[in-house]
Amino acid sequence: MVPISAYLIVGVALFAIGTVGVLISRNLIVLLMSVELMLNSANLCLIAFSRSQNIMDGHAFVFLVLTIAAAEAAVGLAMVITLYRNRETINIDRFNLLKW
Amino acid sequence: MIDYTSASIDFALLGPEIALLASAFLILVTGYVKSLGKLSPGVAFVGLVIALVLSLNQWGNQSSGFFGMVTCDDFGSAFKVIFTLIAILTLLMAHRYLSHKSLNRPEFYALLNISTMGMMVMANSTDLVVMFLGLEIMSLPLYVMAGMARRSPESNEAGIKYFVMGAFASAFLLMGIAFVYGASGTTDLRRLVTDYHYIVGNFKLYLYSGVAMILVGFGFKVGAVPFHSWIPDVYEGAPTPVTAFFSVGPKAAGFAVLLRLFVFGFAYIGLLSDVFWVLAALTMTVGNIMALRQNNIKRMLAYSSIAHAGYILIAFAVGGDSAVSAAMFYLVAYALFNTGAFAVLVLLETRTGCKSDFSELSGFSRLHPYLSSVLALFMFALCGFPPTVGFFGKFYLFSAAIQSGFIWLVVIGVMNSFVSVYYYLRVIKVSFFDQPQQTFVPVTYSPAIIVVLLITLAGTLGLGLFPQQLLDISQSAIFAFL
Repeated sequence: MVPISAYLIVGVALFAIGTVGVLISRNLIVLLMSVELMLNSANLCLIAFSRSQNIMDGHAFVFLVLTIAAAEAAVGLAMVITLYRNRETINIDRFNLLKW
Repeated sequence: MIDYTSASIDFALLGPEIALLASAFLILVTGYVKSLGKLSPGVAFVGLVIALVLSLNQWGNQSSGFFGMVTCDDFGSAFKVIFTLIAILTLLMAHRYLSHKSLNRPEFYALLNISTMGMMVMANSTDLVVMFLGLEIMSLPLYVMAGMARRSPESNEAGIKYFVMGAFASAFLLMGIAFVYGASGTTDLRRLVTDYHYIVGNFKLYLYSGVAMILVGFGFKVGAVPFHSWIPDVYEGAPTPVTAFFSVGPKAAGFAVLLRLFVFGFAYIGLLSDVFWVLAALTMTVGNIMALRQNNIKRMLAYSSIAHAGYILIAFAVGGDSAVSAAMFYLVAYALFNTGAFAVLVLLETRTGCKSDFSELSGFSRLHPYLSSVLALFMFALCGFPPTVGFFGKFYLFSAAIQSGFIWLVVIGVMNSFVSVYYYLRVIKVSFFDQPQQTFVPVTYSPAIIVVLLITLAGTLGLGLFPQQLLDISQSAIFAFL
C-alpha cells in the first residue's frame, strides 16, 4: 500500500507549484490555472487523509470544494473577459492604474 | 448545554439566511422584467429587514442541527444583526449613487443579499468546512461588486485584484483545513477542542502547519499586514458604496470566524499569542504610517481600515473574555463611524467628476456647515476622541490588554493612535480652513442617505455616551462559546 506521506508530498508539491505560479506568472489565465491547481492539491490532501483514517467526510468535502472551485473559475473568467474588453490585454503588469 | 451532534433538520436555525436567499432569487427572477425592475432595491430591503427580525429572534436560542454543521448561539446571532445592519446601510446609501453612475442594475441588490447571507453562514458555524463555504458565498459576490462598473478600467482592475488575492487566500485556507482535518479526523471545532491533547500528541506537525495556513488565509481576508497589499487598490477602485460595505462587512465576518477559531478552537496552542502580538503591532504601524502619505480619501480610509484591523488583532494576542468582548464592541463601533464617513464620501462623489481627493474638500465647510461637521465628527471617532464611541472601543481594548500584562502592545497601540490623528485631522483641516481653489459644487441630499447619516451619527454619539449597554450585550454574546 502506498503510504499517506507519498500522497501528501505530491499534494504539497502541487500546492507549491500553484503558489509560485500565482506569484510569478504575468498572464491572468495562467494565474487562474495556478489557483485551480492550489485548490485541487488541497483536494488531494483531503482525500488522502480521509482514506488513511477511514472516515468518509473528506470525500464529501472534495465534492463541495469542486463546486466552489467551479463557481470561482466562472466568476474569474467573466472578470478576465470584461477586463480584456476594456484594456485589450490580460498581462497583469499593465494593470497599474491603481498602484498595485 | 447544546447537543452538538443533533441531526435535526431544523430550518428555523437558517431563517435569516433563507430570507436573504429568497429575496436575492426573487430579484434575479423579477429584476429583469421591465415593469418590475424598479422594485429590486425594495425587495432587497424587505429581505434584509426580515433577516434582521429573524436574527434578533434567534438571540438567546442555543441550538444545533444538521449534524452539528449549523450552530445557533448568541455570538452568531449578534454578528448576524451586525451584518444585516451594515447591509441595510449600504443599500440605503448605494441606490442614488448607482443611479447617478448608471450602475443601478438589479444584480447589485441580489449580490449584496447573497454576500450578507455568506457572512451569516460564516458566523453561525463551528465547522471548518461550513466556514469555508460561507467565506466563498460571501467572497464571490464581493469580487463581482468590486468590478460592478464594467466600463471603468479602475473598477475592473479592483475586481480582478480582489479576485486573485481572494482566491489565493481561499486556497491557503482550504489547504489549512485539509491539514487540520488530517490531524484530527474532524472539522468540528468542538471536537478539536475536546481531543486536543491526543491530536497534539500524535499529529503535531499536521495541526501546526494547518493552523498556520488557516491564519494566512484569514490574514488576507481581514487585511493583516504581510497580507494587506490588495486592500488600498481594491478600496480605491471599487464604487464607493461597495467600498463602504467591504471595509466593514467582510471584515466583521472575518473577525467573527477568527474569534471562533483562535480564541476558542485553537486556544491551546500557546505560540499563537506571540504570533498575534507581532501581527497586531505590524498591522497597526504599517497601516497608520502608509495612511500618512495618501492624497485620496478613499485610499487613506483603506489604510486606516488596515490600522483598525491591527487594533482588533490586539484582542487575539490577549485572549480571554474581556478582550474578546472589547473586540466585538470595537467592530460595532468601527462599523458605525466608518460607514458614516463613507456615506459623506458617497454624497460628495454623487457630484460629477469627484474622485475623493483631499484637495476637493477645500471650501466644503462654507457651503455645507452641517455636513462637514458630521464628517469631522466621524473623523474624531476614527481617531478615538472621547465623546464618541471610538474612544470607548480603544479604551476597552487597551484596558483588557493592560490587565493581562501586554504593556508594550498597548504602548505601540497608543503611539499609533497619536500618529493617526495627523491624517484624520487633515480631512478636517482641508474642509474647514483651506482656501478653495475652485468653487465647491453643492451637494444634493436624498432622503435615504440622510437616514444613513442620522443612524450612524446617533450610533457614534449615543453609544459614546452610553457604552455600557453595548459592552454588556457583547459580553453576554461571547459567554456562549468561551
